[in-house]
Order: sequence, then structure tokens, then C-alpha cells
Amino acid sequence: MTNPLQLIGRATLGLFAEIGRLSVFAARVKTAAFTPRWYGGEILRQMVRIGFYSLPVVGLAAVFIGAALALNIYEGGSRYGAEQFVPNIVVLGISRELGAVITGLMLAGRVSAGIAAEIGAMRVTEQIDALETLSASPYRYLYAPRFIAALLTLPVLVIAADIIGVMGGWLVSVQALGFDSTVYLRNTVDFVTRDDILVGVIKAVVFGGVIAIMGCYQGDRSQAGATGVGRAATLSMVGAAVLVLAFNYVMSTLFVEIGL
Amino acid sequence: MSAPLLKLDGVVKSFGAKQVLRGVELEVAPGQSLVVIGGSGSGKSVMLKNALGLMTPDKGKILFAGEDVTKATGRAREKMRARIGMLFQSGALFDSLTVWENVAFRLINSEGLSRRDAKERAIETLKKVRLGADVAGLYPAEISGGMQKRVALARAITSEPDLIFFDEPTTGLDPITADAINDLILEMVRGLGAAAVSITHDMPSARKIADEIAMLFEGRIIWRGPAADVDHSGNEYVDQFVNGRADGPIQPAI
Repeated sequence: MTNPLQLIGRATLGLFAEIGRLSVFAARVKTAAFTPRWYGGEILRQMVRIGFYSLPVVGLAAVFIGAALALNIYEGGSRYGAEQFVPNIVVLGISRELGAVITGLMLAGRVSAGIAAEIGAMRVTEQIDALETLSASPYRYLYAPRFIAALLTLPVLVIAADIIGVMGGWLVSVQALGFDSTVYLRNTVDFVTRDDILVGVIKAVVFGGVIAIMGCYQGDRSQAGATGVGRAATLSMVGAAVLVLAFNYVMSTLFVEIGL
Repeated sequence: MSAPLLKLDGVVKSFGAKQVLRGVELEVAPGQSLVVIGGSGSGKSVMLKNALGLMTPDKGKILFAGEDVTKATGRAREKMRARIGMLFQSGALFDSLTVWENVAFRLINSEGLSRRDAKERAIETLKKVRLGADVAGLYPAEISGGMQKRVALARAITSEPDLIFFDEPTTGLDPITADAINDLILEMVRGLGAAAVSITHDMPSARKIADEIAMLFEGRIIWRGPAADVDHSGNEYVDQFVNGRADGPIQPAI
């Protein structure tokens, strides 16, 4: 029978080994991303894929979250006669937290898993080996463009999610809760600060890096066969989603500490 | 024999407890076509990946034109790889790129040619492997398996390498297409004056494209000789393999 302490020890060592491999991989991707040479065409292609094609799903998620948020704040606020704060809390919640988190989670599913599946398929069909034999580093040609594209497009997506989320709250408030449209929008604009937007944008940059690196890492380590590629996609999505939520908490704590 | 272009000296490679290569010794002269035969799981692909620098051996040296493949990094490795072509078993064409972009990949991304000039060179190379300009704009998924092999061959020879590796070049092809690929390999290798190292278990292909044949068994080269001698090698392992018999010293991999 296996000693339970041995099992715990083995699992702990395995966890540290995985963190070590992921850290080394991330460092190599970052080095490739911030030093020449860059493949401009690949970066643009990935920006379209990660940014433009994600806009519908991010927009849909944001509008529903904004609408639901407004309803719940109205319900809670009415217990204390504070219904008028719906626009303020909606815009604060969306811009500082939900816009970035929703975008991060949606892209963990759509983009990170997609990257993992694509790179995993390239790994198992020897396309990554072929790249190396053609004197092209996969870090520069495959991983860095995805990383750069995610860093650049996530902030734009988050700002779009912020606007659409606020409009979701506005729509429900005006159509179902009896708010005046002009007053709602005026309260929203007056209340939100540049720092609130900045918090979401900083989170977006970090989430972009996490999503791209998890996708590339799991794809690169993909085992042979359809099962291996499928597993890489699943691990990438789960890993990216958990890391997005963990980094979100850490950054929220940090921003509150420094008064941002 | 002139100074070898490629030399494997006591190459050992293990995966966990499983030792796949147990001291491979191999030399390939410039312009020579060597075919390495061996059963499934004998370590042929691992040997090739070590020789290409895609894997690092645990022990031993791999020298290409006198330079240690395992120690070359950065520009030195790029320069070395520019002199080596590789035809993968699956073709390994980039499925997000068109046929001509695959063929011209190295020209555009490593040699700095403009896309227009690279496309012209790619179409010229495609003609050499009997493919017309009409396929240049197609994606790999839109062409047949035999055409994909030809595109992969064009990609391997487009920068006129000194050494070309062929990994199971005829696997998955019908006998007629396989023979056409063998002819093309011979034509391209002789035309370029390049050395070739092919791994295969397709004996008609080996007999056709090899100057010399070597047999890899249990991680070691157990026989090497002229292609014409393979049918009377005097080695019972080679004899069993080339005649495709289940009974003999080699146990079937099932």
C-alpha cells in the first residue's frame, strides 16, 4: 500500500515542477515577444482572431451581466431606499471588476482553448518540428505573436465590454425599472473615474498574457492523438480561467491598497 | 570515404528507463544516399530527430560538416539548418499557409526574400516536383496525400541544402505514387548533389533510393553495406527484415 505521505510529497513535487516548467516557458515567450525579430503579419492575424472575432461573445456576455447586475442592485437597494444608486454601482462594478473578468473568462474558453488545440494539433502533426528545421523559432513565430496580440486586444475588448455592460444596465433600468434615460446616463458618466477604467485596463493586459501563455504552453506540451489535443484544450481553458480569477483577486487587493 | 558530412558518434538516448538509442555510429559522405531500415520502435525517428537537433542525445556527438549539432545555438544553428532539408513522414505542411507559402517559408522568413521573389522561386521548385502553378494558391487540405508529399519535398529542397533527411517518404502512398516519389527523391538529390539520409521500412523504396543501406536494431546499427548487397547480407536480422518474415531473431512488434 502506498504511504499517504509519499502521495502528498509526489503531488507537491509535481505541482512545483509544473509551475517551474510554466514559468520557464512564460519567460521564453516574453523574451521572444519583447526582442526582435517580430512577425508583423502573424501578430495582425492573431489580433483579428483574438480581438475582432471575440467581440460578439464578449458583448453578449457583458450586456446580460450588466442587465442582471442592475436588476439585483435595484432589488437590494430598494430595501434601504437606495434605488437611485443603480447607475453608480453598475458602472463601478463593470469597470473595475466585471468587464475585465467576463472578458477574461470568455476568452479563457474561446481563445486559450483554441490556441491550445491549434498548437497541440501542430505539435502532434510535426508542424512545430518543421518550423524549427526551417530555422524559425516556434517561440517567435507562434507563441510571441499570440501573446502580443492578446496583450494589445484584451484592453480594447474590456473597454468594449464596459460600455456594453453599462448599456445593458441602462436598458433594463429604463425599460423595466422606471429610470429616466438622461438621468441614468448622466449619473453614470459623473460617477465613473479615469482610475476605474484604468483598473479594468491593467487587469485586461495581465489576463491577456495569462490566456495566451496558458494556451501556448498546454498546446506545446500536447500528447499525441485526438485525446492529447482535447486534453490540452481543456487544461488550458481551466488553467486560464482559474488564473484569471486568482490574478483578479490579487490585483483588486493591490489596487485597493494603493488607492487606485 | 571523404570527410563525412554527417557523423553520429556513440549516440545514446533514453526516455525514462527505456533506452532507445544505445550508441549509434553512423557516417554519411557528401552526395551519398544512405537509407536506414529497421522495424517499428527500433529508434529510427528518434535517431533522425537527434541528428536534426530537435532532440538532444544523452551521450555521444553529432557532427554536421565538422560542427557539433548539439552545441550550436542562435545564428550558428540557423546557418547549419539552412544547409539541411527535411521531409517529414506526414508532410508537416503548415495548414494555415498556402502551398507556395509553405514552399517559400524559409526564403521569406530566414533568407529575407520579398514575397514576390519567393513566390516565383516556390513556383519554379513546384515545377521540379511536377506540380503546376495552379496548386500554388491552394491550402494543404485542398490537395491529395501524394501532392502534399511533393509539396513537402519542394519545401525541403527549395533552399538547395547539402543534406536532406527523409522520414518514411512513401508511407501511406499507393505503390505507383510511392514509386513516383522515389523517382523525384533520386532526381532532386542527384540534381542538387546533396547527401540524403532516409529512414523507411519500405524495401522497394530503400533499394531504389539508397547507395548504402544500414539496419538499426535495438538502438544500434547492426549492419551496413551497399544497397545491392542487402539481399545477401549474411546477417540473419537483415535477412529476416528484408524478406518480411515473422519468424526469426526479430520479434514482431505486436
